[in-house]
Amino acid sequence: MSTTTPEELSATTLLRFATAGSVDDGKSTLVGRLLHDSKSILTDQLEAVERASVSRGQEAPDLALLTDGLRAEREQGITIDVAYRYFATPRRRFILADTPGHVQYTRNMVTGASTAELTVILVDARNGVVEQTRRHAAIAALLRVPHVVLAVNKMDLVDYQESVFAAIAQEFTAYALELGVPEITAIPISALAGDNVVDPSANMDWYGGPTFLEHLETVPVSHDLSHCHARLPVQYVIRPQTAEHPDYRGYAGQIAAGSFHVGEAVTVLPSGRTSRISGIDLLGKPVDVAWTTQSVTLLLEDDIDISRGDLIVPSKDAPATTQDVDATVCHVADQPLTVGHRVLLKHGTRTVKAIVKDIPSRLTLDDLSLHPHPGQLVANDIGRVTIRTAEPLPLDSYADSRRTGSFILIDPADGTTLTAGMVGESFASPDPVKDEADDDGWDF
Amino acid sequence: MTTAATVHEAADNSEGAGPYALSHLDALESEAVHIFREVAGEFERPVILFSGGKDSIVMLHLALKAFAPAAIPFSLLHVDTGHNFPEVIEYRDRTAEKHNLRLHVASVQDYIDRGVLRERPDGTRNPLQTVPLTEKIQSEKFDAVFGGGRRDEEKARAKERVFSLRDEFSQWDPRRQRPELWNLYNGRHAPGEHVRVFPLSNWTELDVWQYIAREGIELPEIYFAHEREVFQRGGMWLTAGEWGGPKDGETVEKRLIRYRTVGDMSCTGAVDSDAVTLDQVITEIAASRLTERGATRADDKLSEAAMEDRKREGYF
Repeated sequence: MSTTTPEELSATTLLRFATAGSVDDGKSTLVGRLLHDSKSILTDQLEAVERASVSRGQEAPDLALLTDGLRAEREQGITIDVAYRYFATPRRRFILADTPGHVQYTRNMVTGASTAELTVILVDARNGVVEQTRRHAAIAALLRVPHVVLAVNKMDLVDYQESVFAAIAQEFTAYALELGVPEITAIPISALAGDNVVDPSANMDWYGGPTFLEHLETVPVSHDLSHCHARLPVQYVIRPQTAEHPDYRGYAGQIAAGSFHVGEAVTVLPSGRTSRISGIDLLGKPVDVAWTTQSVTLLLEDDIDISRGDLIVPSKDAPATTQDVDATVCHVADQPLTVGHRVLLKHGTRTVKAIVKDIPSRLTLDDLSLHPHPGQLVANDIGRVTIRTAEPLPLDSYADSRRTGSFILIDPADGTTLTAGMVGESFASPDPVKDEADDDGWDF
Repeated sequence: MTTAATVHEAADNSEGAGPYALSHLDALESEAVHIFREVAGEFERPVILFSGGKDSIVMLHLALKAFAPAAIPFSLLHVDTGHNFPEVIEYRDRTAEKHNLRLHVASVQDYIDRGVLRERPDGTRNPLQTVPLTEKIQSEKFDAVFGGGRRDEEKARAKERVFSLRDEFSQWDPRRQRPELWNLYNGRHAPGEHVRVFPLSNWTELDVWQYIAREGIELPEIYFAHEREVFQRGGMWLTAGEWGGPKDGETVEKRLIRYRTVGDMSCTGAVDSDAVTLDQVITEIAASRLTERGATRADDKLSEAAMEDRKREGYF
C-alpha cells in the first residue's frame, strides 16, 4: 500500500460497476472481502462496525453495517437504498453501486445499473441459476450493461468441482446471450475462503481465467467510438461579454456519445440549423478532438440560435426527431403511472410536456411473460409505454446510445421522478425468449 | 469457462484503458462540471457553500473551469461559526475578492449574541450552523445550494443523492429521495424548497488531494505540517484558543501537526504529520489507516447516527 507513488495513483482509470444479489448469496461477504483485501476498510470504520456488531449480539463483524448508513436500515437489518462504495487498487479506481436484494429491488438495481459499465450477478454454487438470477440477468440486459460477471460463489461448499461450475456457467451464459447480454464472464469463487476473489485459488487449478479483482481491473472501460453516434446535449451557453472576450459564444455540455472534431459539419436539433465546429474548448484547453464523457465547450463558425436543451450532432449522422416515443420503462415512484397521465419528460438537457398514450404491456422478470394492457404500472414494474411529447425530440434507440436513448418522466405536480425510460426494443436480440405457453412471437 | 478466457485476452492488450478512456480524475472532473452546468441551466439563484476547506476550494475551482472564460453565475455562502481558523477566513476573503464573487456570510456568533441560539455546554458550534444556514437560504431565496459533501466521508452521506431535495426547513428525508438514473438529474422543487447539490459525490479524499496537486490549487497553509500549540481532548489534538480550550486538567503542548479537514476549531482535530508538500500529503493519506472524519471530527463520534441526525435537520 505505502509503496504506491502519487504518480501511479493518479494514472488510473475509473470503473463504475454494480452488484446484485441477496445476503444469502454472499454479496456482503464478497464486497466486504474486496474492500478489506484492497485495504479500503480503515481501522476506525472496522472498529465502529465491530462495536455495533457486538452491541447487537453478533459474533463476527457484520460488514453490511459499513454502508447501511441509515438508522432505519440498521434497526431493521436491511439495506433500503443503493449504497455507493469507493475503493482503489494501483491499477484502477472503482465506484460500486451496491444494490439491496429485498426492498424496492427492481428500482434500486435499475438505478445502479444505469450508470454501470459492469454488473456482478452472484449465485450460490449449491443452488445454481434460480429465479432471482434470471431477474438480475434480465435487468442487466434491459439496461444494456456492457459487461456482466457471473460470480459462482460458495465453491468451497461443492468441493471446488469444475463440473458444478461449468454447468451453472453454461446455463446462465445461454440464458443471458438470448437476452442480448453482449459479454459474460463466469468466475468460480469462494468469497468466504477468498478463492479467486483477489488471489488465484489453490483449490481450483482447472480454472485458467482471471480472479474477480483482476477482471475488474482489466475489463475495457472505453469503446471503439468510430461506430458510435456523436451527441452533445447543450447544457448552457457561455457568453462572457467582456472586453477580453466580446464575441465569445460557446455551447457547453458533456459529450453523451461518440467524438467531435474541429472542422466537422454539425446540425442542431430540433431546429435543424447547420454550421461547422470552429473550436473545442476542453475546460480551458483548446483541442482538435473530444469524446465521451468529456465536458467541453463547442465553438461554431456561424452565429446561429442555440440554447439549452438543443442537441448538437454530426450533420452526416443526425437522428430523426419525433413526438411519439415507444419505450421500455421501469416505474420507480410510489404513485402509479396510468394511461392518460400528463407528465414531464427529461431527455438529455431538454424537459418537455408529455402524455402517456398507452401502456401496451407489463413484463414479469421472473419468467419474462407479458401481461397485455395492465392499465397502470406501479413501483418496480417494468413495461412498455407509448408517449406523445409536446415538442419533437431527437431520440436515439437505447440500444445505440445509453445516454441519448434514455429519459425520465417527472410528475409536474410534485416533481417526483416517476419512471426511467429506454427508447426502442427492450432486449438486444429480436426474438430473445420462447415462451412455451405462448409461442406466437415475442415483440416486447 | 471460455467466455472468461476470451475477455481476458482482449483486456490484456490494453490493460482496460483504450485510447478513449479518461483518467479517473478527468472522469470525475467532467462529471462535476456537468453537474455545475445543469444547475446553472435549471435554477434561478444557486449558491456555493464555501468554507475555505479543501472540498469547497475544489468545488470553486471546478465551477471556474465549467464557465470559463465567463464568470461563475453563482455567489458564495459561508456559515461562520465564530470559531473558524483565522488562516482560513483570510483565505476565504482573498479568494472571493480575487474572483470577484459575492460572499454571503451567515454568522453563528451573531445568532448567539442576539440570544436566538444558545452556546452548547461542550462548546461545540458545529450543530449550531443549521439555523443560520437555513435562514440565509430562505432570506436570499437560494434555490440550489452546492455542498462539498462526498459519499465516501460518512455512511449517511453514502446514501445522499447528487441532487438532494430539501423542504422549507432544509430537512432531509432519506426515505423519500428521488432515484437518480443515468446522468438525468431532477431539480424540480416547489417555492420555498431548495435542492442541495453535491458535485463531489463520487470523489474520495485521495481524489481531492490528487486533483489539487494536478491542478496546482492553492490551499490554506494549515493543511500542511506546522508547529502549533495544541491540547488533547477526546483523543484528538485541538487548537488552543479563545474559543474555549484548554480547560482545567488539559495541558497545552507544541506539536508538529497538520489539518486533514478544516471546520470549527472546537471539534476539528489535527493529526501528527511532517507532510509539508502536496506529494507528502498524498503519500500520507494513501497510507493512513483512519478515515478523515474518524481522525479529525469529534462531533461524528457522538453516536452511530450523528451525521444522519444533523443532515435530517438541514445540516450540510
